[in-house]
Order: sequence, then structure tokens, then C-alpha cells
Amino acid sequence: MLTALLVMSILALVLGAGLGFSALKFKVEGNPLVGKIDAILPQTQCGQCGYPGCRPYATAIAEGEADINMCPPGGEEGIQKLAELLGVEAKPFGAGAAPKPKAVAFVDENNCIGCTLCLQACPVDAILGAAKQMHTIIASECTGCELCIAPCPVDCISMEPIAESVTTWKWQYPVYAFIPSTEATRR
Amino acid sequence: MRQLHRFHGGVHPPTNKTQSSETPIIASAMPSKLVIPLHQHVGNIARPVVSVGEHVLKGQVIGKADGRLSSAVHASTSGTIATIGYSKVAHPSGMDDLCVTLIPDGKDEWVANLGADYRELSHTDIRHRLRDAGVVGLGGAVFPSDMKLYGGKHQIKTLVLNGAECEPYITCDDRLMRERAAEILLGAEMMRDLLHAEEVVVGIEDNKPEALAAMQQAIVDGKHARMEAVAVPTVYPGGGAKQLIRVLTGIEVAAGVRSTEMGVQCFNVATAYSAYRAISYGEPMLSRVVTVTGNVERPQNYEVLLGTPVAELVAQAGLKSGTQGYIMGGPMMGFLLPSDQVGVVKATNCIIATAPTLFPAPAPTMPCIRCTRCAEVCPAELQPQELHWFAKAREFGKAQDYHLFDCIECGACSYVCPSNIPLVQYYRYAKSEIWARERDKTAADTARQRHEYRQFRLEREKQEKAEKLAQKERAALLAKQQADAAAATANTDEDAQARIQAAMARVQAQHDATQPRNTANLTPEQQAKIDEIEARRAHIQELAHPEADLDKHHEPPKE
Repeated sequence: MLTALLVMSILALVLGAGLGFSALKFKVEGNPLVGKIDAILPQTQCGQCGYPGCRPYATAIAEGEADINMCPPGGEEGIQKLAELLGVEAKPFGAGAAPKPKAVAFVDENNCIGCTLCLQACPVDAILGAAKQMHTIIASECTGCELCIAPCPVDCISMEPIAESVTTWKWQYPVYAFIPSTEATRR
Repeated sequence: MRQLHRFHGGVHPPTNKTQSSETPIIASAMPSKLVIPLHQHVGNIARPVVSVGEHVLKGQVIGKADGRLSSAVHASTSGTIATIGYSKVAHPSGMDDLCVTLIPDGKDEWVANLGADYRELSHTDIRHRLRDAGVVGLGGAVFPSDMKLYGGKHQIKTLVLNGAECEPYITCDDRLMRERAAEILLGAEMMRDLLHAEEVVVGIEDNKPEALAAMQQAIVDGKHARMEAVAVPTVYPGGGAKQLIRVLTGIEVAAGVRSTEMGVQCFNVATAYSAYRAISYGEPMLSRVVTVTGNVERPQNYEVLLGTPVAELVAQAGLKSGTQGYIMGGPMMGFLLPSDQVGVVKATNCIIATAPTLFPAPAPTMPCIRCTRCAEVCPAELQPQELHWFAKAREFGKAQDYHLFDCIECGACSYVCPSNIPLVQYYRYAKSEIWARERDKTAADTARQRHEYRQFRLEREKQEKAEKLAQKERAALLAKQQADAAAATANTDEDAQARIQAAMARVQAQHDATQPRNTANLTPEQQAKIDEIEARRAHIQELAHPEADLDKHHEPPKE
């Protein structure tokens, strides 16, 4: 009787200590789901979802505050992936959110006055310039978020759709019709 | 006698090689224009270094290699640059790419070029020369050869020369081996030297006995040690690098592993030939042997200047009526050219004029019946039917789990498919989708990084500003305290006060001594004049303001 009690209590102590130790040692900072959702989002940081960037939107999704169909740059596929990750039904885009073709910003250098307002708006520092100096877009870093367009006082920024080139061209999905054989139709 | 091995699967399509293999290579006629794409190789597009209207010589660089993985492009003959712009290129997309259009002047005048004995050059120098000569793999992959000629950390035991040429219709390597075996072998010697390889093995399919005999004879004549030409069984795709390596050495190159890690490097025979010409004669890649066959009067191998429009090349072989298009490459792996005006590129080993009589329209496609005949013939030992399902359902992750990227797109599976499913199209579609996704993912990761860094920077700037402000405030406070303290001590310290007075007196004295005024040192006449003027001025002032002294402390009179 006593031995059994002793054994059980020692066991409880050891396991409790182990659990307590691992709780401290392997503590996870923040919600790990946020990172996973953020990895799916396209990182344009455009704010079209109503949140100030991709990570805030990911946090909102993880906390159940935001829907998964608010990210136009992610496309239908982004919704599919989010639905898969969160185990919910995929749904069409919410009101006002529709995907657009990919584009990069373009500064009309004849009209740029060098006010640096777009520089401050760019979430990924993809605009090069300084006060009273002409600005230009680093096209390879531009995410196409359109955040630089509104602040420009002379409206010299426009979006240029990215054209497909030989290096980015993709093979098409094979499309063909199944033609029923004559025997099948005769039957 | 070398022990040969087998690779899995393979098919035996009709070879159709004899039409073009029995006549010697002839030089193609000078075309009216050359359309030379600047992107004829794997890697970065060459940077154009000529301008429109410029006269260039044969062999002059018109596109410089840009970046580590790239290759140079040259003027195939002397002439004038007509345009540098986008036009259709030999690519399955049918899209435009940057091309240089050259109008030949007919003189075929060479730029000064220096050949050298490779044994007198350093290995680095040879690789640089190959890169500047635009030598790339001519088997079809057009990978820059200099990048493959590093011994690196892996000891290369065997250098395999690929003369298998397994695709139907193509005979350009066959003719090259028959006619220029000695130079191919000299190129192989140079490659062996660069790779520090022990032995050289040339693999030639046994349906080319003349080429095999020529190569064996050249090995004997050239006294090449540890080099042999071996007949391999004719099975499609026995000319695939992995398959040929397997047959000749028994080594199976695993998924995601380079053959160099297993001690084997593989080059096409034509690449060895071009590399030798580039070093020994200083001749860059300006032309290649192209098989022109199919629906033509005289199927034939031509030595074609790069950039020659396909229409002008095919016309020389006597185009028959009923031609509907041109396939570049073989019927198994080739693709339909988007136009007959595209220029011949380094990857063009064969042009087949197609006609319904030669290539009847495929039978209608039927659903997959899971017969697994594709799996039986797959040389990469994949499960093509599974890959087909996954690609069709766009389940790319699963397709990758089934080793989609080990597929060499040889087309053996579609060849045997009883339902005529265009299987390779599915694999190509899946591969390019996966690549596009990876590009997007990398772009997103970069954007995330840049965004996070920007936020970090803004935060840091804010902190720095706050810190600076705090520092300024602290400094102001300190200065005020010090001033107060100084004032406090000044009142009590009379000694200091006296010292200050003394110092001020000294300064005044110095000032007077160094800066003589114009009123000092006057002559008596001048002094008298000044006195007179002053007296007059005083008088006038008195007349103007008689009560000036009285009104001094009163308000001015109102008007």
C-alpha cells in the first residue's frame, strides 16, 4: 500500500517536473499559426485587406477577426491554400476585392518633382530618390501594391502590367476533347 | 571489351536516319539576312555590344556574356547590323526575344583571331576563352561548356562523349563523327585535361557503324591513350546523358545528384569539336551542323551559320509541297517552330519539314485506362500515369513527391500510350507551374524581408531621434546649471572680476595700438579745418532745432 503510494507520488513529481521544465524550455513566442498564414500571403503589403500589411492581416485571420477572402494579390489560389491550412471552406472574393494582373509602378520622370512622398509610402523601399531629385522605381523589388500612387501630388506614377517574356512563359494546360468512337455512338 | 549495362525501359521508334545520313555535310549558302538571338544558351541573356548601322566582321562579339552563367554571341559573317530588337525566336512559346539582325556583305571577312595550343594555356584561360567563344552544349541543352569543365572537388574518372544520337531523323552528329573524328577527339583530349579525367569513352549507337569505325580509326591514328569508342544498343532515349552514363559505366545518377559527384562528366561530340575549334583556331561558335529532313527533295546535313532563317535553309534542300510547318529537334522531343523566319540557333540540331503524309494527325485522345505501359518504358523509372493524374488535377506537391523533376521529357510514355494522351505536355505544364510558383515565393520572401527591414529601420530612426532630443535636453540643462554655477561664483570671486577687468583693458590697449584711426596723427591745418566744420555743423543744428534740448524727454508734437 505504502509502496504503491510512494511510487505513484514519485511518478507524479517526476512527470510534473518534466512538464514544467519543457513548458519553460520549449516556450513558443506568439501564435505559430500567424507565421504559417503569413507565409501563404503574397507580401505585397498593399493593405487592400484593410490591415496595414500582410502580417497584421495574418494575425487577424489567426484570431478569427478577418475572413480569408480579403487578399486580391493572393488570387483564388491564395484563398485555396488558406482554406486548406485552416480547415475551412474556400469562398469567392469578398465585396470590392478582385484580383488584378501583376504590375509594377512606373514613375514618369518628366513630371516627378522630387517630393519624396512616394518614398515614404513604399512598404518595401523599392523607390530610389531624394528631396528635389528625380525618383525611380526599382522594378525588381516592386510588389505592385499601388500605395505610392495616392500620395503623389503630380500624379506621375502609373501601374505597368508585367508582360510575359520567353523566360517567364509557362506551358499551357493541355486541352483536348474526348471524341467518342463510332462504335460507342452506334450502340 | 567494356561491360555494358542497361537502363530501364525505352522504345524503338522508326529511326528514319538513312534519308540524310549518306551524303556529306555541305556548307549552307549565304543567307540574305541573319537573325541572331542574344539568348541562345542557358543562363543570362548576352548584353548587346554593337549598334545599329555598325559594320561587323565575322567572329566579332555582338553580345557579351553577362554574369556568371552566360555565354557570348558573335556575328556569323561580316556585314552590317540592320536592327537590334524583338522578333520571333526558335522557342516553343512563339514569343519574341532580343535578336540582332545582320545583313551579310558577302565578303565573309574574319576578325583577327588567335588560335593557341591548349597545353600552353592555363585552365582558367581556356575556360575564359570558351566562354568568350560562346561554346555551349550542342546536344540540345545549350548549357555553357566552361561551367561544366571545372574539376572541382569531385574527382572525375570518366569523360563520356555522347555520340548516341538516339532521336529519329537526326544525323548531324553521325556525319560529324564520320567526317571530323580527329578534331572531336582532340577536343576530348582538351576536356580530359581540364577535368583531370582518367579515361574517355565515346558512346555511339550501333545503328551508326560508319561513325563508330571512323572514331575508332581516329583513336588509333591519333594515338589517343585510354580512350575508346563503344557501340551501345539502339534504344530510344539512349542518348540521354543519364541513360548513356548508365549504359557505359553502370553508374546510376540519382535524383538531384550531378553526374560529376559520381565521377562522370558528359559532353556531346559536337561540343568537343566546337571547343577544339574555339581554342586551337580561335574560331567562336558561328555555325553548326543541322540536319534538314522530312518533306524535302534532298534530305541533307548542312553547316549552317547561326541566325540563318529556317525558310532560306530549307529552300536549299528543295522544299516539297504540302509542308505545313517545321519541327526543330526530333519528332519525339522537338517542337513546332512559330515561324519559318526564325534564325537557326546553337540548339538547332535538326529541322524537319512536316507534312500530313509524314506525320499524320494523332488519333483522338481517350481517357487513361491505367495500363501502365508508360511506366514500363520510362527510362527514368517514374510512374508516368500517376504524374499525369497529379498534373491533371493540379496537385503539384504530389507530382513533386513522385519525382516529376526527374522526368527528361523524352516522350517515350506518350509514344506508347494506347489512349494517345499528350503526357509530356502535362509534365511540362506542371513543371513550369511549379517554377512560376517558386519564383513568386522567392519574390514574396524578398518583399517580406524588405518590409520587415523597413519597419525595423523606421523604428530605429524614431529611437535615434528621441535619443538625440533627450541628449540635447540633457546638454541644455547641464549648460544652464553650469552658467548658474559660474554666475554664482563670479559674484563672490573678486579676484576673478579683477582679472577680467585687466584682460579687457589689455584687449582695448591692443586694439588701439593695432588699429590707428584716421583722426589720429593729424597735422595742425587738418585739425583746424575739422574744428571749423564741427563749429558750423553745431550752428546749423542749433538753427534747425532750437528746442531740441528741451523736447528731448517729451512726446513729439501732434499734427
